[in-house]
Amino acid sequence: MLEAVRSEPFAVIAVAMDSRPDAARPWIEKAAPTYPCLIDRDHRVADLYHMVNVPQAVWIDEAGRIVRPPEPAGAFEGFRSRDPVTGVVPEAIAATTAAAKRTYVEAVQDWARRGAASPHALHPVRARAHVTLPTEAHAQAHAAFRLGQHLIRAGNPAEGDRFLEMASRLHPESWNLWRQRAEVDHRGLAAKADFWERVQALGSKRYYAPVDLPGMPK
Amino acid sequence: MLTLLMDGRDAQAVPARSAGEDLLMPAAGLERATGWALKPEGLCQGAVCVPVPAAKRNDWLRDDAVNLAAFWRHLGRPVLHDERGETWVCGADAEERGQRLRTLEAPDFALPDLSGRVHRLSDFRGQRVFLATWASW
Repeated sequence: MLEAVRSEPFAVIAVAMDSRPDAARPWIEKAAPTYPCLIDRDHRVADLYHMVNVPQAVWIDEAGRIVRPPEPAGAFEGFRSRDPVTGVVPEAIAATTAAAKRTYVEAVQDWARRGAASPHALHPVRARAHVTLPTEAHAQAHAAFRLGQHLIRAGNPAEGDRFLEMASRLHPESWNLWRQRAEVDHRGLAAKADFWERVQALGSKRYYAPVDLPGMPK
Repeated sequence: MLTLLMDGRDAQAVPARSAGEDLLMPAAGLERATGWALKPEGLCQGAVCVPVPAAKRNDWLRDDAVNLAAFWRHLGRPVLHDERGETWVCGADAEERGQRLRTLEAPDFALPDLSGRVHRLSDFRGQRVFLATWASW
C-alpha cells in the first residue's frame, strides 16, 4: 500500500492493542514495516477513539482533523460464514472479502495522493455523523482495564484479571476488551469455542460495522 | 506512597493516603499530579473552577489534603482502586471525551514501539495519517 504513495506527505501508524508486547512482536518482525508499529498495552487508543474491535482505521488530515472516524478498514466479516468443521469460507463470500480489502486500500491510496480532493475524505458533517460516543459505562470499563493491566504488570495477576473481567462486563460490545482477556488457541488467536459462541450471539448484528465508501459490502 | 493512574498521564507514585473510598492527596502536590489545584474559588484546572459545595467541604477537604476520589466521583468520572487501596485509577469523563470526538480533532496520544521509542501522533502534523489498529489475538 505504501509503495504507491511514498513521496506523498502521508504516514501510516500501526497500533497493536496488545497487553503482551511479546505476542505482537513476531507479527511485527515478520512484516518488517517501514512505518511505526506502536504497542498499546492499556488500549489507550481504543479508549480515546471509542473503538470496540480490530482492525479499525482513522484518517487524520494534515491539520490533525479526523476525515474518516474509526471504521473497520477493509475488513469484512466473511469469517462468519466459514464452515465450522473445515473452516472454509464459501467462494463468493471470500471474493467479497478480498474485494472489500482491495477497494479500501485503493481509497486510502487515493486520499494519500490527493488529500482533501479525494472523495473519500469525508466532509465534516458526514464525518461527524459516523462518530460514536462513549458512555459513562465505557469510561468505567477503560478505567477498570487500565487498573487491571497495571496490577497484572505489578505482579498481581489474579486481582488484575478481576478488573479486566469487570471492564468487559461494563463494555460488552467491546471485542477488544473481551478478546484481550480470552484464552487463545494454538495460533495465538482468541478464537476458541467461547469466541464463536459470542459471534453467534450477534445474530443479525454486524461484527464489523459497514464502511461508508462506494464499493464496500453493505 | 500510592500509585495513581490519572487519565492521560503515566502511572505516578503520589504521597497520598487512602481510607475506604477516600483518596487523600496533599493539596500541595495536587496540581502536579492531577492538573487540578486547590484555590480560593474551588478546585481549578486552568480557567475551569469547580466550587467546593458547602455540604461537601468536610468530605473534600481534610486538613491539608484533598479527597481526590470524592471530587472525581462528583465530576461523574470513574474512580477505582485495588483491594488494598494502594493503586487508584481516576478515569476519563465520557461526555467530555465524546464532545471532543465530535469536534473531529484527533485525540493525541504517545505510545512506544517495540524498541521502546515513543511516538506521538501530533508529531505527524503536516502529514496525512492513516492510523490503523490491529492485535495479535
